[in-house]
Amino acid sequence: MTLSMNTPEFLVERDLDRCIKCQVCVGQCANEVHKYDKETDSLSCDDLACVGCHRCVTLCPTHALTIKKFPLEFRENANWTANTINAIYKQAESGGILLTGMGNDKPYPIYWDHLLLNASQVTNPSIDPLREPMEVKTYLGRKPDKLDFSDGELVTEIAPQVELELPIMFSAMSFGSISLNAVKSLAAAAKEVGTMFNTGEGGLHQDLYSYGDNAIVQVASGRFGVHPQYLDAGTAIEIKIGQGAKPGIGGHLPGEKVGKEVSETRMIPEGSDALSPAPHHDIYSIEDLRQLIYSLKEATRYKKPVAVKIAAVHNVAAIASGIARAGADIITIDGFRGGTGATPLRTRDNVGIPIELALAAVDSRLRNESIRHQVSLVVAGSVRNSADIMKAIALGADAVYIGSSALLALGCHMCQKCYTGKCNWGIATQDPNLVKRLNPEIGAQRAANLLRAWKHEIKEMLGGMGINAIESLRGNRLMLRGVGLSDRDLEILGVKAAGE
Amino acid sequence: MLREGQVRIPSGCAISGIINRKGNRFSGEKIIDSIAVMHDRSNGLGGGFAAYGIYPEYKDFYAFHMFYDNLRAKEDVEHFFNEHFSVELSGIIPTRKVSSIKNAPIIWRYFMKPLPDKIRDSELCEDEYVVQCVMKINSKFSGAYVVSSGKNMGAFKAVGYPEDVGEFYKLEEYEGYTWTAHGRFPTNTPGWWGGAHPFTLLDWSVVHNGEISSYDANRRYVEMFGYDCSLQTDTEAITYAFDLLLRKHGLPLDMAIQTVAAPFWDSIAHMDEKQQKVFKALRITYSSLLINGPFSIILGSKNGFVALNDRIKLRALVAAEDNETLYVASEESAIRAVCPKPERVWSPRGGEPVIGLLEGADSI
Amino acid sequence: MKKIYAQEKYCIGCRLCEVYCSAVHSEYPNDLVKAFNRSKIVPTPRVKVEEDRPLSFAMQCRHCDEPHCLKACITGAMYRDEESGAILNDAERCVGCWTCIVACPYGGIFRDESKSKVVAKCDYCLDQGDPACVKNCPNGALIIEEGGE
Repeated sequence: MTLSMNTPEFLVERDLDRCIKCQVCVGQCANEVHKYDKETDSLSCDDLACVGCHRCVTLCPTHALTIKKFPLEFRENANWTANTINAIYKQAESGGILLTGMGNDKPYPIYWDHLLLNASQVTNPSIDPLREPMEVKTYLGRKPDKLDFSDGELVTEIAPQVELELPIMFSAMSFGSISLNAVKSLAAAAKEVGTMFNTGEGGLHQDLYSYGDNAIVQVASGRFGVHPQYLDAGTAIEIKIGQGAKPGIGGHLPGEKVGKEVSETRMIPEGSDALSPAPHHDIYSIEDLRQLIYSLKEATRYKKPVAVKIAAVHNVAAIASGIARAGADIITIDGFRGGTGATPLRTRDNVGIPIELALAAVDSRLRNESIRHQVSLVVAGSVRNSADIMKAIALGADAVYIGSSALLALGCHMCQKCYTGKCNWGIATQDPNLVKRLNPEIGAQRAANLLRAWKHEIKEMLGGMGINAIESLRGNRLMLRGVGLSDRDLEILGVKAAGE
Repeated sequence: MLREGQVRIPSGCAISGIINRKGNRFSGEKIIDSIAVMHDRSNGLGGGFAAYGIYPEYKDFYAFHMFYDNLRAKEDVEHFFNEHFSVELSGIIPTRKVSSIKNAPIIWRYFMKPLPDKIRDSELCEDEYVVQCVMKINSKFSGAYVVSSGKNMGAFKAVGYPEDVGEFYKLEEYEGYTWTAHGRFPTNTPGWWGGAHPFTLLDWSVVHNGEISSYDANRRYVEMFGYDCSLQTDTEAITYAFDLLLRKHGLPLDMAIQTVAAPFWDSIAHMDEKQQKVFKALRITYSSLLINGPFSIILGSKNGFVALNDRIKLRALVAAEDNETLYVASEESAIRAVCPKPERVWSPRGGEPVIGLLEGADSI
Repeated sequence: MKKIYAQEKYCIGCRLCEVYCSAVHSEYPNDLVKAFNRSKIVPTPRVKVEEDRPLSFAMQCRHCDEPHCLKACITGAMYRDEESGAILNDAERCVGCWTCIVACPYGGIFRDESKSKVVAKCDYCLDQGDPACVKNCPNGALIIEEGGE
């Protein structure tokens, strides 16, 4: 047996004074970190197996456990960090691509944290959201160039729209990458709050057809689960060209996660790896995209808006302009911090651009070409709180998608091991023992609570800036100022510096 | 010190408007007396008037009122005019010395018509041709500014209290059937005459009290349709929004008003199905033209004026009627100063327009 | 009468119900650490998690309308509390014959290892307020509601 150089990432510490040897930790860890030895009547921890998901910490009834960074020190080296070194050890042993889950964790700049919002004073009163109406209703879809009236009667028919009670939707997360209980939680929360969830490339499970009015169904390159009833089931259809976590490559569901129900919903054999091809093999150019958009519109008798989802890459503005002209009603842009269940580590951490810059560039470009009203823009890629949402709308977005935030609401602890299928929180797994841990009634409540909380915060901030309808914030860059940004950054964002 | 266009200057103010619905013209003295009452609403840094029906002998010509910083600017613009218009008459706008009005630019007016073959080549209608010429002068000719460009109407503005501005321009010698006036209280010291209200385009004029928080959302939408918001003022954006809705898109007046001061979704939910469809369509299509933030405006045109408050009435506006004359103003005292016993006085609700049209005109 | 129901689809087999049941029946009902680390013998839990992975659920006395244990009890130690309707065991009278354990069709009665020879069974935590198992189930698998049989 050759020597492995893998060392633990985490240190599991047990306070023996508080431990009551109830063995809940032993049962709860899917990675088998905790073990009870009957002979010595004591508990031990296998640090190497710990992924830092905090399941045992949270469930321990006496709070006897904590997780720390494993204190194994290399000689200080600003270039060869522990992570960089360990990655090479792993690849020397496996000869394979390094996989990871969730979104880019590297210290690239976070532009949300360099943007500040306005408040009204003196020359313009702020509005009190507790006493005055504060409207956050949003419609996504193609808007006409103008409305025609004849004899005082409206003649123009508007293209179909997606109606949202607030500008936040649940991002595309496939059944397969996450458990059925997780999808059910999000679907129920979306229905309760009046917004949408997105099926991702996993198709729509039979049990979820009743949530069709709150679903956006995705058509991705693998065309998993795509059939006529599926297309008709949701309020809109989204063609997935790319996603922020892995621009340029397709979706990736390891065979361990393809059980009976996933297999039925996706229409693929059980146990087979579900690898979506990198491009749609019928979309090699913009005109091919136009063809697919209109095929979908024909198939659904022009009753559903068709969205196109792309990853934020270098020429995102030009691509977005092309997509708008190709007939899409909504464009979803996923920034480089977007999450996922499985992706190659290097792609996740090095490919794509920040959503803040991509959004500003696309919004400005579409306005310069006088076509901004033809599509709605939805952005994703690490929207972490209501302030990020306000800033996104001020930069020009119509709405945002939340993925990681939604899963955190359900109990995710960001351990980035989704691809192993051993999610201790019952989210990124298909193991029935683990899936049970996410009670969809509780999950739906938590996800709905998050959206409600953010809705209230948005109303507070809107009122503070003297606005009582979200459309007056859309693209209103004067409501933002930058701090700690270069002139170039400010120019690309179209935002002035604080103090100006 | 940066001026309008280089920096955004918000302000609070006073407005007043008078229309004789039978089209009988009256002297500018009346509007001056009205706005003078609201002296304390201004700070002397801007005042102006729009007047309709003042050039009956030249009513078919576009009357351009111009400001020039220097003679060079005047020469350049006149060269441009000669290339694009045939000028019937031009001359200095008569003024009198008023001690508080200082640093006047060169103030000139021209009565002209677009050159027929230029119109033919451009494939635009006359109005659009004039609009594009105005946009070009304001953005490309430094030191020159188009104050107004309508037919049989004109704007008169300066840095000073409005009653002093009225005296400066000898407005008591003009007779018009519609007059609007504005006094400004900017929170900066621009010292630039072009920044005063009214803002005009063709024969639209807008005087505005308020500060719109939706400005950049409104601006970035109208700029998609060929407008250049070079002044960076709220009034400019509002004027372009109305020009887009009313002239370019041909919306009925009540629909245009319901676009900028839209009913709340809760109210729409209680309407009947047909109305719901219309209001939903308006709010969805023209969401970027919703004007948020406090405002009271008077939009004037050759057919009359519309006065409007924001939908939660964060600015004052009072209206009154006496016989054939309709009055609107920021304060009732400004109306009673020129009409002591009007037949009817009322305060319009937020989002509810006060429409004063010439008899025989069916819309603004 | 309100009864405790276990929803097996939500039970994660963590056994926290057993842990809290033991604790509230110890000398230190409000301190888990003391209950387990200072008690001479840790009380037997009156609820048991039955498992056949992935199936699992918590099982305790059903406080039946027609209790077999009460009929089987030779000393009359098993009785029904008039106010709550719960079936309780009087430890003073119990002689540890364990007939009730055999009689119960649900396996809801247990030998109490902490006291000599008597039995332990669910008592609805009557001196505590809400049953401890229901309050502390981390996934909402145990609910208390008006029940049928």
